[in-house]
Amino acid sequence: MALPAYAGWGERLWYYTFRFICFLIFVFLISPILIVLPLSFNVEPYFSFTPGMLTGDPDAYSLRWYKDILTNGMANPEATTGWWSDVWNNAQWVRSMRNSFFIGIIATIVATSLGTIAAVGLSRSEMPFKKKIMALLISPMIVPVVITAAGTFSFFSKFGLAYTHTGVILAHAILGIPFVIITVTATLVGFDQSLVQAAYSMGATPIRTFFKVQMPLILPGVISGALFAFVISFDEVVVVIALASVEQRTIPRQMFSGIREQISPTILAVATILVIISIGLLTTLELIRRRGERLRGVTPA
Amino acid sequence: MKKVTTLIAAGLATAVGIANAADTITVVSWGGAYTKSQVEAYHKPWIARTGNFVVSEDYNGGLAEVKAQVEANNVKWDIVDVELSDAIRGCDEGLLESISIDDLPAGADGVAAKDDFLPGTYYDCAVANIVWSTIYAYDSTKLSEAPTTIADFFDLEKFPGKRGLRKNPKANLEMALMADGVPADGVYDVLETEEGIARAFAKLDTIKGETVFWEAGAQPPQLLADGEVVMTTAYNGRIFNAVASEDKPFEIVWDGQVWDLDLWVIPKGAPNKDAAMDFLKYSTSTEALAKQASWISYGPARKSSASLVGSFHNNPDLKMAMHMPTAPSNMTNALQNNFEFWADNQDQLSEQFNAWLAK
Amino acid sequence: MTETTVATIDDKLLTKRLGKAMFRSRLRAFMLVVPVLLFLLLSFVIPILSFLLQGISDDTFSSRMPKTTMVLSEWDAVSEPTEEMYAALVADLKVVRANKTIGKVATRVNRDKPGTRSLFTSTGRKIAKIEPPYKESLPGIKKKWQDIEVWQAMKTASRKYTPGYYAAALDLKLTSDGSIVRQDENRRIHLTLMTRTLQISFLVTIFCLLLGYPIAYLLATLPVRSSNLLLILVLLPFWTSILVRTTAWIAMLQSQGVVNDLLVYFGVTDDGTRYSLIYNKLGTLIAMTHILLPFMILPLYSVMKGIPPSYVRAAKSLGASNWTAFWRVYAPQTIPGIGAGAILVFIVAIGYYITPALVGGQEGTMISNTIDDHMRKSLNWNLAAALGGVLMIVVLFLYWIYDRFVGIDNMKLG
Repeated sequence: MALPAYAGWGERLWYYTFRFICFLIFVFLISPILIVLPLSFNVEPYFSFTPGMLTGDPDAYSLRWYKDILTNGMANPEATTGWWSDVWNNAQWVRSMRNSFFIGIIATIVATSLGTIAAVGLSRSEMPFKKKIMALLISPMIVPVVITAAGTFSFFSKFGLAYTHTGVILAHAILGIPFVIITVTATLVGFDQSLVQAAYSMGATPIRTFFKVQMPLILPGVISGALFAFVISFDEVVVVIALASVEQRTIPRQMFSGIREQISPTILAVATILVIISIGLLTTLELIRRRGERLRGVTPA
Repeated sequence: MKKVTTLIAAGLATAVGIANAADTITVVSWGGAYTKSQVEAYHKPWIARTGNFVVSEDYNGGLAEVKAQVEANNVKWDIVDVELSDAIRGCDEGLLESISIDDLPAGADGVAAKDDFLPGTYYDCAVANIVWSTIYAYDSTKLSEAPTTIADFFDLEKFPGKRGLRKNPKANLEMALMADGVPADGVYDVLETEEGIARAFAKLDTIKGETVFWEAGAQPPQLLADGEVVMTTAYNGRIFNAVASEDKPFEIVWDGQVWDLDLWVIPKGAPNKDAAMDFLKYSTSTEALAKQASWISYGPARKSSASLVGSFHNNPDLKMAMHMPTAPSNMTNALQNNFEFWADNQDQLSEQFNAWLAK
Repeated sequence: MTETTVATIDDKLLTKRLGKAMFRSRLRAFMLVVPVLLFLLLSFVIPILSFLLQGISDDTFSSRMPKTTMVLSEWDAVSEPTEEMYAALVADLKVVRANKTIGKVATRVNRDKPGTRSLFTSTGRKIAKIEPPYKESLPGIKKKWQDIEVWQAMKTASRKYTPGYYAAALDLKLTSDGSIVRQDENRRIHLTLMTRTLQISFLVTIFCLLLGYPIAYLLATLPVRSSNLLLILVLLPFWTSILVRTTAWIAMLQSQGVVNDLLVYFGVTDDGTRYSLIYNKLGTLIAMTHILLPFMILPLYSVMKGIPPSYVRAAKSLGASNWTAFWRVYAPQTIPGIGAGAILVFIVAIGYYITPALVGGQEGTMISNTIDDHMRKSLNWNLAAALGGVLMIVVLFLYWIYDRFVGIDNMKLG
């Protein structure tokens, strides 16, 4: 949309106005995320910039909230021996972080394996009731999470699954499945089914065919589906509020009660760490996407 | 660290022949300064005595989680700090273990627990630890003239500025009626009638447009400190602590206070019931209750603790007695929360309160 | 295959074999989705259905008070209660008192007639010593047992299947004679909340469209290298935790926050009169728009990328002004993207919970928050289920529209 040399002044004016509007929208998108980073180094227990921070006074900045992430909830933060094991076992945020990763990883494995197999089935032309099944499998993404949370909670309670890791993992796997299915089916759209026929005709078993022929081609889709599933679990709070006790408390759950009750810059410090993690995830995803396009011979438009 | 304590405790336990060695119990309370006072007065000494470990969890009151856990047959909480109406209701619904007052230790002065506890502070399933109160407080730097009565809280002309109220009809309706001229002992009679409820809501209506609603006990001092409100209802201990430990310019108005009890209950099927019971016995002992009163201005439920209540833990000049809800000077116009009224009407009034909020 | 060979084989046999082979391959394909279907059925579909069922069924009273339920079913709800009814009530009360479920029964009846909770529990404490005739002795404990409204409330509570909760979800109420009337004015709340939920979702969708369209257009028309870079600016918020973004908005919008600080700094307002930008509807709208914006941009972008620039060029070369070329040629082609994005944003917005709960204050809370309140605070799961049922109907309808006009298989991510 480069501005042609012959553009009149009205066109020029609009061109720059439009760019400016877009710039403002990008500011709206990005500024809240960036604002969190400097505020998390505030030495004061406030959510706002102090005069010292604005003048760049180094004393106005500190790492105390990052230290708080480690020490909050510790049995004995002043101890000299066993400090790290105390952090690992007792610090609230560290425990939440462990829960988040544990629940997220297992839920991702469940969602990705079930979802990938289903997506392979769904992409076959002979699949019966394809649209209806697809609609059902995508529905966890559409049903309001509050309803999913209430339903799983009242049902899981009957089987002793409420307030267990298993319960949270099952519910999170459910929420992740639609994302895996969408991404994997998308990579299978351009998949040449005759490759499978070829493998069969050369005597490969279906399982061997799947791992040796289909898998390498759909791998980018599977990985990005898995990343989605992981992020969905890692970011989910409503189901956790309903299904988890303090032993299953995850990072977002901890942040949720922090924001509701005692808002302290520790939350901003955690938020900063999460922003860095999401930048990492985004980069991974972008690399995978490029690789996938290369593999499938699609050149970027 | 935890492993070490566990090992030592286990060794001790075998030595003296106690069957159940180190337990970890989950103690649930209201968070912030209040939980802090319990950690200092109950948890730490009890951990040191028994070698057990305490996981402290915060909540915002209500029976919902206890009910959910009991009905799910998967109880995670061992002991919970609840309001009186919830203790009664939970007991009636079979959600709580029975607690016999005769199992509790006698007071430091040798008086049996049954007579040492203030009247009306122990029930079939619950034992009170403290008396607390809903009061209103203001930021003295924001007001030129000091409010003194509950009516002043509702007087936007004389005292302009935002108000804070708990997002719950409890105590709000009572305070509104007292501000409207109903004497404390007549409040619940008025509330029994439709007109009385309408009158209370009409009074609340006069400040609704200027009101910020809070849910957690830690919020009111924060709202005052951030300048979001100039006056707010609050739990008296929270305001006291903001003044005593953070030097905030807040003042409490005791006129029209609504006082209530906090009680320990043990959910039915608590995983470490015995250890929880032991914790309960320790934490409601004369010394523990008196020690808690040096961390927060809530009145101990035992008579024998009163004489031991001294000054604030890090400030010997700050005598605690006059900051207690039960201090005679604070009780001139005070109302005890009527648990039976609330057990009957909580659902309906919450509904009406929410409808009123949404309007 | 030529016609002659076909003729040599029995036609029917061929069809049969072909059919069999087809069936087998369809079965094989279907087997691949069986695990996920079973999983979904057991931990999603059945739980939700059984939850929603609680919106119309409630056996709290009938299962614990079977004798009373029986006599109440024969009672006309008008005549004076008989000795037989009192006797049944006493017998049931003794049982529920003994097994400590009297509180549950009391809570249930209390929903229909506030103030009856303590009637049950305090009667329960004295029920062991009661003597017949119960018609005299029960009101002897509490006079209120003579109140016919208490009996009517019990009759309403004893219905195992009841439209009462759906009625309540729509601000109606079920009376003891089975008719449905409007709820008292000071207790009407749900319709207000639903209208507000729809209103907020609608506004958020509009804002997302207004902000998302220019961005998608810019991304689609810029050269790949720069558009890829800008796309990352869209994706970064998308991949950042919702809690982080909500926290960030609190830091931005609170009265001591960045935006207010800037406004004071530039003299738009002074320190005493900072704006309330958060903990109200405005806060919910801003934060939700921010969170849902990528859901609008991404579908729009993928549609716009597919529009050949030559169309607009052709229009211009035929004498159309820039505006005409855009409005008459380009914009109509983006309608599928607008539809996809708008429905997606609306569906997600209507069931939104976290942001309204954290920054909504009083006027910014939505129906999901109320459902959660009834689940976890007032413990009225039946009402929560009825409200959930109403929400589900709206969402499923939108989902159906989405599938019809966009197609579920066209859903794309990133």
